[in-house]
Amino acid sequence: MNFPAELKYTKDHEWVKDLGDGAALVGITDFAQSELGDLVFINLPQEGDEVTADESFCDVESVKAVSDVMSPCTGVVEEVHTELEDEPQMLNEDPYGAWIAKIKDISAYGELMTAGEYEAFVQK
Amino acid sequence: MKLIFEKGAPGQGLSLMPPCDVPEITLSRPRTEPLDLPHVSETELTRHYTALAKRVHGVNDGFYPLGSCTMKYNPKINEDMASLPGFTQIHPLQPQETVQGCLEAIHTAGKLLGEITGMDAITFQPAAGAHGEFTGLLLIKAYHRSRNDAARTKIIVPDSAHGTNPASAVMAGFTVVNIPSGPDGCVDVEALRQAVGPDTAGLMLTNPNTVGIFDKNILEITKTVHEAGGLCYYDGANLNAVMGVVRPGDMGFDVIHLNLHKTFSTPHGGGGPGSGAVGCKKFLARFLPGPVAEKDGDGYRLVRPEDSIGRVKNFYGNFAVAVRALTYVLTLGREGIPEAAKNAVLNANYMMKRLSEKYAMAYAGPCMHEFVMTLQDLKDETGCSAMDVAKGLLDHGIHPPTMYFPLIVHEALMVEPTETESQETMDEVCGVFLSLWDLAHENPQALHDAPTRTPVGRLDEVGAARNPVLRYLPHD
Repeated sequence: MNFPAELKYTKDHEWVKDLGDGAALVGITDFAQSELGDLVFINLPQEGDEVTADESFCDVESVKAVSDVMSPCTGVVEEVHTELEDEPQMLNEDPYGAWIAKIKDISAYGELMTAGEYEAFVQK
Repeated sequence: MKLIFEKGAPGQGLSLMPPCDVPEITLSRPRTEPLDLPHVSETELTRHYTALAKRVHGVNDGFYPLGSCTMKYNPKINEDMASLPGFTQIHPLQPQETVQGCLEAIHTAGKLLGEITGMDAITFQPAAGAHGEFTGLLLIKAYHRSRNDAARTKIIVPDSAHGTNPASAVMAGFTVVNIPSGPDGCVDVEALRQAVGPDTAGLMLTNPNTVGIFDKNILEITKTVHEAGGLCYYDGANLNAVMGVVRPGDMGFDVIHLNLHKTFSTPHGGGGPGSGAVGCKKFLARFLPGPVAEKDGDGYRLVRPEDSIGRVKNFYGNFAVAVRALTYVLTLGREGIPEAAKNAVLNANYMMKRLSEKYAMAYAGPCMHEFVMTLQDLKDETGCSAMDVAKGLLDHGIHPPTMYFPLIVHEALMVEPTETESQETMDEVCGVFLSLWDLAHENPQALHDAPTRTPVGRLDEVGAARNPVLRYLPHD
């Protein structure tokens, strides 16, 4: 299980990468993809969507279940990783490369953990 | 195996048609090409469907413990009654005075189910459970609107709920508020108190809940919602555990749906027809979809409730399912209905106890009509998942339990034996479950490869979901 040190993590298993200037990339963690199993569908947000920290902004579907992806921050969707629509398996193969959305105008973050804290959290 | 369209050849079909019993007319736009129908003899037709029947698994074939689905045996007398010509040789548009028996059947079924659930009025229009949820939520919406209380836009749903609950709420135009379950799988009453407010339209709940536990705080839960001005919706998915013992109406629920095809025994699981009858307290009856059958002197008539939300299905819903439910209730009677529920609970506890010898239970017993196991430890130790065990069951002629649900339990298997299984059958099935646990430790690969004795082996579910082929193209 991989926990890149440069990322921050949520208790709902999303990662967030601060890009500076109030923008960030958001995705789901390695732990999330391994628990969900093979992902077969993603319902992406749209550019311009306003997202709120700790509220669902996207959902992913595996053969087991459909799961909400919660936003780690409050802001506006600037860009969406549309390739995931055709290749949701990218989320399984490279969870930290397969960002879901770029959020801008971030006004607040939800509760975030460091890599070390998150690793301890998932091992509980 | 070949499809029926791929069998036979022109000239091999049946040519003897029964005499036409309606006047012949000429269509204004006649068909330009002949219909692409199979050309098979009666023998081939019979063999085709017999071959299909041999490849499926139903309650008539063996154990079918699909949790939360109540796959109980459906007494054949139900079919006899639903097949009576008075119920089948009718048309929904024929004059009411010529179908008084049918109206009486619907009316009586409504009264009896109302008695069992503590509800004052019932509609049989919804065709299945989720359709019933949607209808019930529209009643709640209509109620708030009738009081000019448009601020009530939120439906509270616990995180253990059936996925249809939040989906129905969204379909009905509400916003869903999820509340967490406590460590015992029941509603966290404190979290509920925090969640309710002037924007609360209602709460959706099953009791016993999705993990097979009767929420002992139910009266406090419904009171909390009522005091905040919301209504309480009962999802009848798990009524089999309590029918005739405790009534949703007495627990404080205002509107409910029943899965007549589950609890009141109609064959289901193959796509219907089902019936998600919706019951409500008197103050909501004026919003029900119409028409409903009511007593009128010595007879019955169909009426549209005064502030009806409108129709949710054509005509009167899946009428024959209501006839089966009526037959079931009348056959079992006042003593039989609670006895069925108690045996369902007893059977589940029997299996839970026997399987706890090796399998880890998600929640400590006793349970109600179903129980949830967590196979996370087995997966960590052997690499065999809940999916592998489920596939292993197939090789023993047993339908797997519900898998990976509820979502709050890891590697979940949810088992609901129902009251219609004997102790011998359950012993046999427990033996298989326990032997699969051993197999996972001794030869995990064998479980990964299962099933091997079924018409098809392990299916590529991921491939099917990512590249679904949704349309059959004949010939070319």
